[in-house]
Amino acid sequence: MDKLAFDVAHFLAGGLVLVSLMMLYQDRLSALLNVFAFQAVVLALSVGWQAYVQGAPHLYLTVAITLSVKAIIIPVALHRMIRRLGIHREIETAVNIGPTMLAGLALVALSIVVILRVTAEADMFAREDLAFALSVVLLGLLVMVTRRNAVSQVVGFMSLENGLILAATGAKGMPFVVEISVAFSVLIAFIVIGIFLFRIRERFDTVDLQALDDFRGESR
Amino acid sequence: MISLPTSGEGLILLIPIATACLLVFIPNYKLSAGLNAGSAFLTLLAAASLFLWKPAPGPYLLVDDLNIVFIVLNTFVAFTTSVFSASYIAHELETGRLRPIQLRFYHAMYQILLFGMNLALLANNIGLMWVAIELATLTTVVMVGIYQTHEALEAAWKYFILGSVGIALALFGTILVYMAARPVVGEGPDGMIWTVLIEHAAKLDPALLNLAFVFLLLGYGTKIGLAPLHAWLPDAHAEGPTPVSAVLSGLLLNVALHAVLRFKLLLAANPGAFAPGPLLITMGLVSLIFAGFMLYRRRDIKRLFAYSSIEHMGIIAFAFGVGGPLANFAGLLHMTMHSLTKSGIFFVVGHIAQAKDTQKIADIRGLTVSHPLLGWGLVVGVAAIAGMPPLGIFMSEFLVVSSTFARAPLLAVPLVFGLLIAFGALLQKVHGLAFGEPTGVSYPVKASHIPMIAHFGLVLLAGFYLPPPLVAWFQHVAGLLH
Repeated sequence: MDKLAFDVAHFLAGGLVLVSLMMLYQDRLSALLNVFAFQAVVLALSVGWQAYVQGAPHLYLTVAITLSVKAIIIPVALHRMIRRLGIHREIETAVNIGPTMLAGLALVALSIVVILRVTAEADMFAREDLAFALSVVLLGLLVMVTRRNAVSQVVGFMSLENGLILAATGAKGMPFVVEISVAFSVLIAFIVIGIFLFRIRERFDTVDLQALDDFRGESR
Repeated sequence: MISLPTSGEGLILLIPIATACLLVFIPNYKLSAGLNAGSAFLTLLAAASLFLWKPAPGPYLLVDDLNIVFIVLNTFVAFTTSVFSASYIAHELETGRLRPIQLRFYHAMYQILLFGMNLALLANNIGLMWVAIELATLTTVVMVGIYQTHEALEAAWKYFILGSVGIALALFGTILVYMAARPVVGEGPDGMIWTVLIEHAAKLDPALLNLAFVFLLLGYGTKIGLAPLHAWLPDAHAEGPTPVSAVLSGLLLNVALHAVLRFKLLLAANPGAFAPGPLLITMGLVSLIFAGFMLYRRRDIKRLFAYSSIEHMGIIAFAFGVGGPLANFAGLLHMTMHSLTKSGIFFVVGHIAQAKDTQKIADIRGLTVSHPLLGWGLVVGVAAIAGMPPLGIFMSEFLVVSSTFARAPLLAVPLVFGLLIAFGALLQKVHGLAFGEPTGVSYPVKASHIPMIAHFGLVLLAGFYLPPPLVAWFQHVAGLLH
């Protein structure tokens, strides 16, 4: 891989991590959705660049899926949903933003240390791509842990999946089965979640998971 | 993949998916329940045919000595559960807890779940295996939520979120395995084919494999229900329909375990990789002891047995972690016995919950008086699952303990401690449930007792006598597992 190709790929993958960090401090649901859509665009650029550099035209399909579903359809649908539910103004975070950011930084450092140490023999790009991907995965998990609201947990999960796609495209020549399945699982996941959210709305009049916890079978 | 319908492995996949398509269009629930059971029976026959004629491994599907054990067990329990399900749902329909349209959906989902589990067991491609497990997870999520009560939706949501995170971590592990394989077997699909991977296992990068295994264990370990990743399991078991609980406990946990065992084999074949045993031992012991204590505080009968599943998956993971021919043999036997016993128990519990119209342990008393067959069935089942002597689980637990004494005597102490705790808890609970004066409401149930009797009969038989070919087969597989 020549210098320019490497630098651009590096820039885009690093950008993805930064956008993940941006997600951590969004305190409004609609802003969080916008950041997520932005992340999907960055991911699409990154995958597109990989497709171009690796000469792997089938990856353009992943780009198309990412752009259409994750950058447009899902954010738009979720925007409509939260407006209907009247919860687009606020986010309840379970943990304050300061500690969350620190935890996020620690996770990024952790994944870089782990991956770079483990993959000493792999080629440079694959190593760094993997380190960035793991960071995005862990930050997605962090979003899921620090938010109590069902919609923002879904966003955290989808951002986690973005990290997986980054890892899958960085692994050169990875069979397409997997990319399709990732994109597909996102679709299915969204449908399932959509159903659940509507039913949850119907039954609880809230999408706050704290309320769900109160219905646990054994809290007598 | 091309010559699907002619081979046994193809039929195992084709029958469930074809039946699922058919079941969507059948409004009559009696017909569809019958079709469900019939199709599950045909799948069982197709699985049994694999013993006689074993197809050569292809790029997508594989039948080897390891997964055939899982497949036959899987299709057998799937068949008996479908028989139980027919009588269970008839009652649910009468009481109005389920509507006919939901039943149609339920039956189709049941077959898709079987398809997903069989595909996960048969897959020769680690990517395909991942997709299949994800499919099986999603179908169970919707089945758990089918009653649409507060509790059911919460359970389904929790299961969905935790299951998805687990499955995402497993995908990351899968990608890492491919990264490790790429320099050795080249780019492209070969890097994900299990038979190719195991052939070149010794040359793969050990550091990457180690990291991959940690992710795979965390990911699939969530699906096995190992503590501390078990949080979804009790809720999902308690709030869904009981046939789903039986399939979850008896089968889906095994499918995830099978995936972990596959990757453990990969690590064992690589001299530079770390030994995964201690990780499995630790998680197994934590699950066993934690679940043992949790058993005492349960108030819901299905939750009680869900925690008992965590306990037993802990024992099985522990046995495979200890390793060696004897412990692996014990692990396989324990897995088989647990599947049969636990799904049998859920058959009984399903009917009990219908007969008493509650799942609260405190409201169920004196079952042996009010419903003799169900009551004594429960007593036998709990005696089996707690590990009372003449029954099959006693034998497999005894083997686990004695092989631990042989290989790592110190570990036997916490193991026996955990077993005793769980034993005490289960006996204490069953005493209240089965004996004394019957209280509360009591309805007659039109239960089909045959699945329950078949399961407990097999478990009892296994306690006295294991057919020599079966023993030889398990020994052979245990040898393969290292």
